Amino acid sequence: MSNQTPFALLANATSLPQHEIPEWPVTELVGHTARELARGARLCTWFGVPERSGTRLVSVLAFDADNALAVARSAPFRGDYPSLTLAHPQAHLFEREVFEQHGLKPAGHPWLKPVRKPDATGTAPAHGEFFRVAGREVHEVAVGPVHAGIIEPGHFRFQCHGEEVLHLEIALGYQHRGIEEALVGGPHRATLCQMEAVAGDTTIGHTTAYAMTLEALAGAEAPLRAQWLRALALELERLANHAGDLGALANDVAFLPTSAACGKIRGDFLNLTALMCGNRFGRAFVRPGGCRHDLEPARMAQLLEKLRLALADVEQAAQWLWDANSVRSRFEGTGTVPTARANAVGLVGVAARASGLVRDVRFDHPVGWHRFAQAPVAVWPSGDVFARAKVRWLEIQRAGKFLEEQLAAPPAGGIRDNLSSLASDALAVTLVEGWRGEVCHVALTDEAGRFRRYKICDPSFHNWTGLALALRGSAISDFPLCNKSFNLSYCGFDL
Amino acid sequence: MLAFDIILHRLQRGCQTMSYPEGPAPALPDRHGGALRVDTTKCAEGCSACVPVCPTLAITQKPHQPVTLDLGQCIFCAACVEACPTKAITQTNDHRLAVNRREDLVLGRQGEEEVRLATALEKKLRKLFGRSLRLRQVSAGGCNACEADTNVLGTIGWDLARFGIQFVASPRHADGLLITGPISKNMELALKKTYDAVPEPKIVIAVGACAIAGGPYIGHAQHHNGASVLVPVDLFIPGCPPHPLTILDGLLRLLGRFEKL
Repeated sequence: MSNQTPFALLANATSLPQHEIPEWPVTELVGHTARELARGARLCTWFGVPERSGTRLVSVLAFDADNALAVARSAPFRGDYPSLTLAHPQAHLFEREVFEQHGLKPAGHPWLKPVRKPDATGTAPAHGEFFRVAGREVHEVAVGPVHAGIIEPGHFRFQCHGEEVLHLEIALGYQHRGIEEALVGGPHRATLCQMEAVAGDTTIGHTTAYAMTLEALAGAEAPLRAQWLRALALELERLANHAGDLGALANDVAFLPTSAACGKIRGDFLNLTALMCGNRFGRAFVRPGGCRHDLEPARMAQLLEKLRLALADVEQAAQWLWDANSVRSRFEGTGTVPTARANAVGLVGVAARASGLVRDVRFDHPVGWHRFAQAPVAVWPSGDVFARAKVRWLEIQRAGKFLEEQLAAPPAGGIRDNLSSLASDALAVTLVEGWRGEVCHVALTDEAGRFRRYKICDPSFHNWTGLALALRGSAISDFPLCNKSFNLSYCGFDL
Repeated sequence: MLAFDIILHRLQRGCQTMSYPEGPAPALPDRHGGALRVDTTKCAEGCSACVPVCPTLAITQKPHQPVTLDLGQCIFCAACVEACPTKAITQTNDHRLAVNRREDLVLGRQGEEEVRLATALEKKLRKLFGRSLRLRQVSAGGCNACEADTNVLGTIGWDLARFGIQFVASPRHADGLLITGPISKNMELALKKTYDAVPEPKIVIAVGACAIAGGPYIGHAQHHNGASVLVPVDLFIPGCPPHPLTILDGLLRLLGRFEKL
């Protein structure tokens, strides 16, 4: 498929000079992108790059079956362009984002409004227009931005008929702190620590994507042992979050044994990351050019021993969850996103795999240590809360096995090289399968090798729409359970 | 039988809540490092090696003067510790970091090599909150790591409720706020409304580098560089994110719970 595309092809975590990227008038870019999406490509990201004579749109696609990424761009322009969303709903948030950031209007977009900022009259993202269902017995429920627990801020607007949710619209942006804006002209002194805090629970995922993007631009690769360390840390991050999610799901259906156990086990996994680098979230561990800490033999033995204990604990806690009829009846058939719909809105990661889509960067676009070692992709077809829990459980088991195998055969060598300066006028794309799904970083450099534009796409950007769709036709009382089953990032979306 | 299996398992496990604070505090990970200490008498003449390596501009130096390190701005990456040729900046492995006043986090002057730890609330507030504190959490523009490690305090290992501290769903039921994040402009209104809805007397706790001074995003125009611009803060708990032990220490310190031990 990819051999017939007019797009420029590149492998994951590589770069190419900007003059090699095909440049078309924007109408053609939309047309070519639409054709590739219709043939089964996936939209990784779609963003604007400000130029003197207007804004340039960049389209980054993934041909998963061909293990290839593809990129193309428009000539700089101002004003309107034909909307891609009409044929391909997976583009809808990207087009809204471009509209918000650059004022380019996708003509025909069905629901054009900002994605993070309030409209002109308001001071908060919930100040703005919401899609409303009319009818005498229809009522609206507004939730947030401040929630009942210790949770990030976001606003949810439900259109309900009795208990039934007809439509859910999610207004985010409360966590917007200007990460992408600050990256222009970078890398700056604070860039690395901001990458670690794009989404605090995905520190390893985002920092690895950033480090590999810089390495691609510098024409270098981190030492093998550093790639191995990053792969270990990535799976530890997955284990901690998935175990925590199983506990949170159990809590939302009032199944306390698993909830109580997993709350602690999540901490046990976080402490394994802290054993590697001192910080439970993996801060100050991944560095461009390698890693900051090594795993010496005694530490490795300790890690393996504690890992086995935590894996045994989570096995037990999960077994209760699957054995309890009450849990099964609450999980099954709740918040279903059918495969075709998941594909249409471009879901990634756990949510995609739980809707039967075989989609995993570690498998489709292997890079770093994943070229040498892989775990089977965990897929479940039913698209409901049960499936999203089940995929997490399968991934816990497979991540555990992966770690045990990898810790048995560590590669030798150094852990960090110095990077040379970044290529000028180049573009690099990196995908990393974080625990939620595909983390995508794209860097474009200027003539001095500084960032002209740096685009971050957290998996949550693709998946919030999935949550909204999962609620359609469900009872509003199922919202907490559905929300937990996706467990998306607000800060990763809001940047 | 599932039910018997669960009960048996729980009996075998026994109580999983840590003995701290009656018993010893759990050890920090060896690479964590804990708090920082700045002894400027050890600084080499004319040395400013630590100043440019700090990603959040927490270290400053006026001409011909020793350096100052603001732990409120610090994200504890330890780049300065690695850069210092004379070991003037060192890690203490101490988890205790919470202070009452912003200036108590500034290190460098003689007699101010380390943080000046928080003291308990005054008598009247302590009588009200000392054995029962209800907090509403407001997350405003951070990365969700501080939230995650605050949540951890509710798990069976930490069991925050045994101290009478609970997070509640409504500001009307709360005695105060626990704030994380640099306070994004988009959250300004929500924070003000939440603060106003908490009945007097009330306290405010700022957790993490963001809520104290903007954290990794310090200086961005999209937020307020910390909570104290908008609301009065009674307790600052530094870290990026602070270890759960550091947060718990801060809460117990404020309530005067260490003095009774």
